[in-house]
Amino acid sequence: MTSASGSPTRPDTDSSPSAASIPLAVRDVTVAYHRKPVLWNVTLDVPAGSLVGLVGPNGAGKSTLLKTVVDMVPRISGQVLIFGKPYAASRQRLAYVPQRESVDWDFPATALDVVLMGTYGRLGWFRRVGSTEREQALEALAKMEIDHLATRQISQLSGGQQQRTFLARALVQQADLYLMDEPFAAVDAATEKAIVQLMRQLQAAGKTIIVVHHDLHTVPEYFDYLVLLNLRLVAAGPMAQVFSDKNLQKTYGGKLTLLEEAGEAMRRRDPRATP
Amino acid sequence: MNDWWWRAITLSDYNTRVVLCGTILLGIAAGLTGVYLLLRKRALLGDAISHATLPGVATIFLWSIMAGYPKSLSLLLLGAAVSGSLGGLSVLALRHWVRVREDAALGIVLSVFFGAGVALIGIVLRLPGGNAAGLESFIYGKTASMTLADVWLSGGLALGVWLVIALFSKEFTLLCFDAQLAASQGWPVVSLDLLLVALVVTVTIVGLQAVGLILVIALLIVPAAAARFWSHKLRWILSASAIIGGASAAIGTLASASFEKLPSGASIVLVACGFFMISFVFGRERGCWWMLLHTARLKRQQQQHHLLRTLYELLEATGQIDDTPPNRPSGLVSAMAVANQRVWNQREVQRVARQLQQLGLVAVRPNSYLQLTPRGWVIARRVVREHRLLELYFLNNLAGSEGDADRGADYLEHSLAPELLWELDGRFRDSDSDPVPASPHPLHPRGTVPGTSIDSEKS
Repeated sequence: MTSASGSPTRPDTDSSPSAASIPLAVRDVTVAYHRKPVLWNVTLDVPAGSLVGLVGPNGAGKSTLLKTVVDMVPRISGQVLIFGKPYAASRQRLAYVPQRESVDWDFPATALDVVLMGTYGRLGWFRRVGSTEREQALEALAKMEIDHLATRQISQLSGGQQQRTFLARALVQQADLYLMDEPFAAVDAATEKAIVQLMRQLQAAGKTIIVVHHDLHTVPEYFDYLVLLNLRLVAAGPMAQVFSDKNLQKTYGGKLTLLEEAGEAMRRRDPRATP
Repeated sequence: MNDWWWRAITLSDYNTRVVLCGTILLGIAAGLTGVYLLLRKRALLGDAISHATLPGVATIFLWSIMAGYPKSLSLLLLGAAVSGSLGGLSVLALRHWVRVREDAALGIVLSVFFGAGVALIGIVLRLPGGNAAGLESFIYGKTASMTLADVWLSGGLALGVWLVIALFSKEFTLLCFDAQLAASQGWPVVSLDLLLVALVVTVTIVGLQAVGLILVIALLIVPAAAARFWSHKLRWILSASAIIGGASAAIGTLASASFEKLPSGASIVLVACGFFMISFVFGRERGCWWMLLHTARLKRQQQQHHLLRTLYELLEATGQIDDTPPNRPSGLVSAMAVANQRVWNQREVQRVARQLQQLGLVAVRPNSYLQLTPRGWVIARRVVREHRLLELYFLNNLAGSEGDADRGADYLEHSLAPELLWELDGRFRDSDSDPVPASPHPLHPRGTVPGTSIDSEKS
């Protein structure tokens, strides 16, 4: 047998029915920012309908992995398939939620304006938003329980409300795969609850959700599939199999405080679980 | 002279009318482009581009002198467009590929291109028969040198800018707010950025004659920055910026036409600056005048609430008030007793009391005695309730003294969102029948013991 190292004849699109059912397939992806590698040979299949926690220390390449999926960061090598097709061909099925701090919230726009931006991709060049889009946007805001803030200037929203606005914007994209970059960062408890509820609803509707997350305490509670990343893929699989002391140690190295937190989370998760 | 000035102002002069039309179109185009340039946080890119037009203009100038052709404006503008675009692209390229920070890239491009232009002008001056007479109007702006054909050209380009912005407003908005989302939706972010650069280049070369290349950046930035004070809505900001840009160009052009030695660039920019200052002070959304007014109103309301609460608590401490809404004014409380409870003097108490009397919440009686009216009771009760809920929250959640809790509540009670109050209410309400919780530190009016009349102090 030949080794696994990239064969040059690999087809760009894998159109077999099994590949098309996999929401996200990452194959041997390597990414570097100006010579400094940030992702090394990551290979990963995310099963359909899973709620995925993407976890790793700072600088582990979590955000980069999401960005390379949406072709925002160039790959040095490797391939990403979304429902069996390259991103350019499957854009409409994916919604990406950047980090909240990545935009200027002083921008002259209302919450509704921001949510409407989610429909721009569908609208295409020159077409204006119509009443259909407006209704969809209001519906998404209502789902995030902030429809009463629709006309409020976004700088006057709280951090949690801003995050809800971002998620509502992802909702109007009506995607099948959601990528969320740290949606829980600096939000209030009520918003955190609302986001978890939303993720569960999306999952129940058959969507796949991948979430960059930082709080190891809540990882086993929020997600059912875990991807541990630290430049390389440490482990990926169902929560029960992957969320272990050993894997977390491999991911976080010698950072003891984090390990202790994780151990505590393990115990809290399931007292009967065998280590 | 006077007669000529009069003709300029009343637009009876055909030439002035035409030039005015040209500069107004320019002002509007610059105002519109500037809004997106500012929102994309690329304000200084315009500066680099405008300075980078100089070598292009100088090259064409040099070439037409050497070749003996008459200087043609469209050729000069073409040269400006080419070198301006090169400058803009160099900034983007330096940032993207060479990893130079954007501010450094802007500085490098601006100075290198401008330096090259100055060197070329030096060569022009050394040529036999060479003079830089025409060049100066490109640097400082001179509307008087514009001909009808120039105005048509400028006007056409300005209208083109207008059209592009109208067509691409949705795309530009998305690009400026969240380029990451735009990229993930498949919008060509780089091309849209280049289109924005192209608009800036166009505005710059249109503005070369009217404002000059050093000051054209002001026409891009100042109206857009001024417009931000007037609204939070992008559509209104665009309109306001276009209006301010157009008006600055018009007034500046007329001023320049009236004072012979005043370059139009300077006068247009100064007028725009005037608009900026007016907006900065009086702008409806962010002007500092309204901010001050708002702060003053808040402060007044705060003092009024404090007075109402003090009245209520003093009456409560002496058992003169209970949970049933009264139908007549409450017992008398002396202003002195109120002043003793707060760090106020009696004059302040009386001033605030008079404000409250006008609102019908407090009655001021002879000898500076105060009464809470039935309407005042309702408000005072609400204020007291909010204050105590917060106090309880502080006491229960943060280990602190009652005094700390009281002070903390004093600061925060005026800025709490209603939803938060609801939650506090749910957490601390003892029973449904007692919506105002008891104070954690009941008042003991100075010189009295609870239960005696507050007025005893006075006698």
